[in-house]
Amino acid sequence: MIQAKTKNLKNFSTSAERFEGANLLCPGCAHSIIVREVLNATDDHLILGASTGCLEVCTAVYPHTSWDASWIHIGFENGSSAVAGAEAMYKALKNKGRLKQPDRTPKFVAFGGDGATYDIGFQWISGCFERGHDMMYVCLDNEVYANTGGQRSSSTPIGASASTTPSGRISYGEKQNKKDMMAIMAAHGAPYVAQVAPNQWRDMVSKIQKGFATKGPVFINAMSACTTEWKFAPEDTIAISDLATDSLVFPLYEIIDGTKLNITYRPKNVIPVRDYLGAQGRFKHLFTKQYEYLIDEWQTRVDAKWEQLQRREEACL
Amino acid sequence: MLENGWDTFEIGSILRPFEGSISDAAAILPEDRLYSKSNSFGISVADWRIEKPLFNKNLCIDCQFCWIYCPDMSIISRDKKMVAVDYDHCKGCGICVQVCPTTPKALLMFPEQKDEEAALSEWPKKEKKEAKEN
Ligand SMILES: Cc1ncc(C[n+]2csc(CCOP(=O)(O)OP(=O)(O)O)c2C)c(N)n1
Ligand code: SF4
Ligand code: SF4
Ligand code: SF4
Ligand SMILES: [Mg+2]
Repeated sequence: MIQAKTKNLKNFSTSAERFEGANLLCPGCAHSIIVREVLNATDDHLILGASTGCLEVCTAVYPHTSWDASWIHIGFENGSSAVAGAEAMYKALKNKGRLKQPDRTPKFVAFGGDGATYDIGFQWISGCFERGHDMMYVCLDNEVYANTGGQRSSSTPIGASASTTPSGRISYGEKQNKKDMMAIMAAHGAPYVAQVAPNQWRDMVSKIQKGFATKGPVFINAMSACTTEWKFAPEDTIAISDLATDSLVFPLYEIIDGTKLNITYRPKNVIPVRDYLGAQGRFKHLFTKQYEYLIDEWQTRVDAKWEQLQRREEACL
Repeated sequence: MLENGWDTFEIGSILRPFEGSISDAAAILPEDRLYSKSNSFGISVADWRIEKPLFNKNLCIDCQFCWIYCPDMSIISRDKKMVAVDYDHCKGCGICVQVCPTTPKALLMFPEQKDEEAALSEWPKKEKKEAKEN
């Protein structure tokens, strides 16, 4: 029952929101913008779940909920399994003809932060994808354990200052490369894997709809600019996101059936990675004599990744 | 349920966002929904704000950028038109003002205490050439 309401923004604005205000997410938090775009992409019934993290903690503060749909939370690591369990139950009841409203075609969506996805819930997600549940997993990738005070995760990029990898006289911050979760999920043979960013709403919503139309497990990596931990002013969430997509630090692409890669957004003017880094407090120390060389390394890395994505797209593998 | 404190509720408890049963929330506009007391919709976060966005309808081109990028469901749009700001749920982040493409902007931040009429009378004036959607 996905509607054609997303052709343009005016039509899309007629969506009836199923995510409510007065949640406790920070002013300007991108998690919320992502959730709205995902939920508004369908009019179907929703069965949702969230792993522990900013989104879960801020939208289910007892005795309140901000979710106008079935929503479940169990733990940090098992947001994926909770939703997979619901999906398996739905399938079983359907097969036995015991669904009370058999005409409904609910969508199953699990949300988790990068900590929950790249690190702590990783094997659970892997299990769900290997078993082939008909569900969507959305990673809210803010590249840090935001809810517990900004510890680094395996999604934190090189040079970012995080509370467990602080920058200073003897360290430039995070030393490890960001884990390539897209490649890992595609390697599961998942029918649909996509990277999205909420500022590119049309690209994002069409990928979510593609994901909902896909049978089997779908992985979405959604860039979530975090005003608190990336250290920028709350009104700049969309501006920072634009810098991320237009510098190709967050390239937008999809991988179908584990192999076929499509780049879905090519910025008209590619901007230097330096501009993206310079707009955030977490990279401030890179703009000193001591650590400046890292900015060039960043650019080289982003260029190489873009080159690789283009080659893979051309080669259809 | 609501009477219980956080330390007395039972593990596995369920919070209901609506009064009674609801068959299809996506088909009902927020103003027509029977929200329960457990829905955060009923709470106000107005006291989070230092500044608030004010809306000048005359300058608005209904592009809906403010609607899509507001993190707090606080831009009320109906029938493809931007109608108003929901001041109970607006946290004053200022994103709507940043993304508003008109010159001068149809949304601007003002101190929380600012009188709306006074703000509208001081609003920057349109320059000669027409404001364009970018
Ligand atoms: C098993 C377990 N370990 C640790 C925690 C503490 N904890 C709660 S939220 C959180 C960070 C979440 O980070 P992420 O998944 O990236 O989500 P974000 O808050 O950044 O959106 C941690 C470490 C927990 N609740 N459960
Ligand atoms: S810390 Fe970051 S992710 Fe968490 S609520 Fe605040 S802005 Fe959102
Ligand atoms: S200031 Fe922020 S929360 Fe308030 S209406 Fe604008 S975008 Fe929404
Ligand atoms: S962004 Fe500005 S012009 Fe566009 S709908 Fe909102 S107020 Fe109107
Ligand atoms: Mg995180």
